Amino acid sequence: MAHVGAGLSPRLAWSLAALLPLAFLGVFFAWPVLAIVGLGLGEGGVLPVLARADTWDLVAFTLGQAAAATALALVTGLPVAFLLARCRVRGTGLVRAAVMVPFVLPTVVVGLAFRALWPDGGVLPIVLANAFFNVAVVARTVGGLWARVDRRAEDAARALGASRVRAFTSVVLPSLAPAIGSAASVVFLFCATSFGVVLVLGGARHRTLETEIYLRTVELFDLSGAAALSLLQFVAVIAVLVVGGLARRRREKALPLRIEPPRRPTGGEWGVVVAAWLVVAALLAPVVGLIARSLATDDGWSLAGYAALTGTGERGTLAVSGLDAALNSVRVATDATAVALLVGVTSAVVLVGLRRHGSWFAETLDTALMLPLGVSAVTLGFGYLVTMDALPGDFRTSPLLVPLAQALVVTPLIVRIVLPVLRAVDERLRQAAATLGASPWRVWREVDFPLAARSLVAAAGFGFVVALGEFGATSFLARPDAPTLPVVIARLMSRPGEVNSQMAYAACALLMVVTTVAVLLIERLRVPSGGEF
Amino acid sequence: MSLHLDGLTVAYGPVTAVSGVDLTIADGEVVALLGPSGCGKSTLLRAVAGLEPATAGTVSWDGADLAGTPVHRRGFGLVFQDGQLFPHRDVAGNVAFGLRMGRVEREARAKRVTELLDLVGLAGYHSRRVTELSGGEQQRVALARALAPRPKLLLLDEPLSALDRALREQLALDLARLLREAGATALVVTHDHDEAFTLADRVAVMRAGRIVQVGVPTEVWRKPTDVDTARFLGCGKVLAPDAAERLVGVRARVGLRATALRTDPTGPIEAEVLERVHRRDHVRLLVRLAGEDFEAVAPVAEPPSPGDRVTLAVDHDGVAVIG
Repeated sequence: MAHVGAGLSPRLAWSLAALLPLAFLGVFFAWPVLAIVGLGLGEGGVLPVLARADTWDLVAFTLGQAAAATALALVTGLPVAFLLARCRVRGTGLVRAAVMVPFVLPTVVVGLAFRALWPDGGVLPIVLANAFFNVAVVARTVGGLWARVDRRAEDAARALGASRVRAFTSVVLPSLAPAIGSAASVVFLFCATSFGVVLVLGGARHRTLETEIYLRTVELFDLSGAAALSLLQFVAVIAVLVVGGLARRRREKALPLRIEPPRRPTGGEWGVVVAAWLVVAALLAPVVGLIARSLATDDGWSLAGYAALTGTGERGTLAVSGLDAALNSVRVATDATAVALLVGVTSAVVLVGLRRHGSWFAETLDTALMLPLGVSAVTLGFGYLVTMDALPGDFRTSPLLVPLAQALVVTPLIVRIVLPVLRAVDERLRQAAATLGASPWRVWREVDFPLAARSLVAAAGFGFVVALGEFGATSFLARPDAPTLPVVIARLMSRPGEVNSQMAYAACALLMVVTTVAVLLIERLRVPSGGEF
Repeated sequence: MSLHLDGLTVAYGPVTAVSGVDLTIADGEVVALLGPSGCGKSTLLRAVAGLEPATAGTVSWDGADLAGTPVHRRGFGLVFQDGQLFPHRDVAGNVAFGLRMGRVEREARAKRVTELLDLVGLAGYHSRRVTELSGGEQQRVALARALAPRPKLLLLDEPLSALDRALREQLALDLARLLREAGATALVVTHDHDEAFTLADRVAVMRAGRIVQVGVPTEVWRKPTDVDTARFLGCGKVLAPDAAERLVGVRARVGLRATALRTDPTGPIEAEVLERVHRRDHVRLLVRLAGEDFEAVAPVAEPPSPGDRVTLAVDHDGVAVIG
């Protein structure tokens, strides 16, 4: 793209630049996933698995719990979205940060937090935990649009005689529909493929496709069965993504730049605000419970669990100390973030450039980049195991394997944070720079980069936190001598011993503190034109 | 040192926005591209800047075809309707942008920035944030930014349209002076004929993608080429040669602006006032004479009321001969 003038057509140049993200997706996503699918089709085949009744029970439970959790997240997320987008109330900044904390918490941690409240697990805690995660997605996505919905349309409806409720249902809600649709599809995806939470809370009784894939692969060595289920999940994910993509496109077209200034709530609006506060309090309860649990021992309050992190657990449960695992987590997450930034930012820039030249290719790339969000991290991890030995130097044992897998999970989030900011840059600003003598590369450096800088930092921080908590793929790929903190937590929980569980809770608390600090820092950098998450 | 457009055509798929335009702009000349919105004038400007590829025809500078020259190597300055200043840079940073791209030394750059801020009447504004400026100030900075690297050709896309009227008129005069002082060769796109006539040495009237008339302002104003152009230039009434001879004594098809008929106690034409509207510096009347409605003007002091009978005289400044 630096030499558009040297004979390349702009569209061709942009398409060439798209090769980096495409190659990354191809090698580290499509290939492993397709290999798994091929495996399923080759061995035993898909049909026998599809013909079994318990497969469809699994599908029904997976979709059912996801639908319930999505509905719950929507119902609880909307008041929070209203508070964040429309209200000028003291403490809203804090709410904004608090609501983000659950989303970036490691799934295992959330699973444990709910198990601290429901020791026996079950369907209810699974649904609650999945919703708990995703309130942030609803609040952010819907709130982002809500802040831009022109208040005057609502005022006009009121002036024409509509009650407050009627004005909301007939004017505000329809204009929020694209964001609600987009949020619902993303949340549904997250819930349907949620792994850590279901594994911790569901035990052997309540299984989803995702945990079943894991069990069949790791414990039953039923590779063809696992592959068949992966294929089934993949089909469902693509269907949801396509629907969500349609909703997203409608939204991006309609996005005005004006942000309605928030104002003090009046009358019945206070009811909504209080509801939002209750939701936030409910979101913080498991977090507080977890911290309390990490400090409580049979002999009263103590820091024993934290002290034990320097060791390897009761009777050598771990191969390395908790501290080493924490350091390894930071290293891996840093590498993953670097890779994800490179791929994600390149993708966002390419998508903006291609969209300018109106191309179906941009639409396809946009959707393809979202795929890793929904494809089972377990499938991915499993896929890496069966394909990566073909890469030079047996990639399966490479220390880069885990960062790359995490990067794949993080990249879509980075794209969704940076892309809206870049799209909000007026094309004519770039053209003004070009007429003043800036080459396309220089335009990016002088205009796009400075304007998106804050969102880039936020995306990096966000990506780092998500990578830090990533469990599904990491649990598959991390070598025993180099585990990450979430893997260590899961291992500690699966073994008996008071010290082990104390240590696990302490590690959770540690992860939560790091995550919270990171989120608060990111919040400070939040740009008004912000991203989707 | 001249711009030459030869059969320039710009099409978006099946829609032809600009079709077969020929136009030459000489060194130091200011040409206004005047036309209603949607006539393709902005697209034409963008094609000259290199922001739209030509479907057919050529844009050339001093005889050299610019088709292979990308935007950033053309050396043409561009001012948008709403400034499009870089929000992350201060006023000086915006003005200096083109100079930095052209690798001008720091000291020379600072000197040129000061010079331009003086020129546009914003001396001392160097470190102001552009987001704190008024609309008029922003447009001045945009102009200074475009002029700073001494562009071969300055392209102005509705440079004053986003401003309110009083400011627009003041800034149009300032801009005309500035363009002359800077000796700029410029192409100004506008839908406002006042603006076009204030700024330009020559006016090109554009309609439906084609240039229908080119000439000096007075000529275009007084002799519009066809009825549509006459109407676009403010002639509310078009008279056939017979009627024109009877009313204004010219045997040709003419367009009448409101100012063509003025109330005059000794005037030869009798009419009845139907409606009256106060404008800034005159009163606009709707009158009926010989069974037809006409517009006319009256002085602000003691204007006639609806129902009054008045006498009118013809003012030939308000009469345009068509064709």
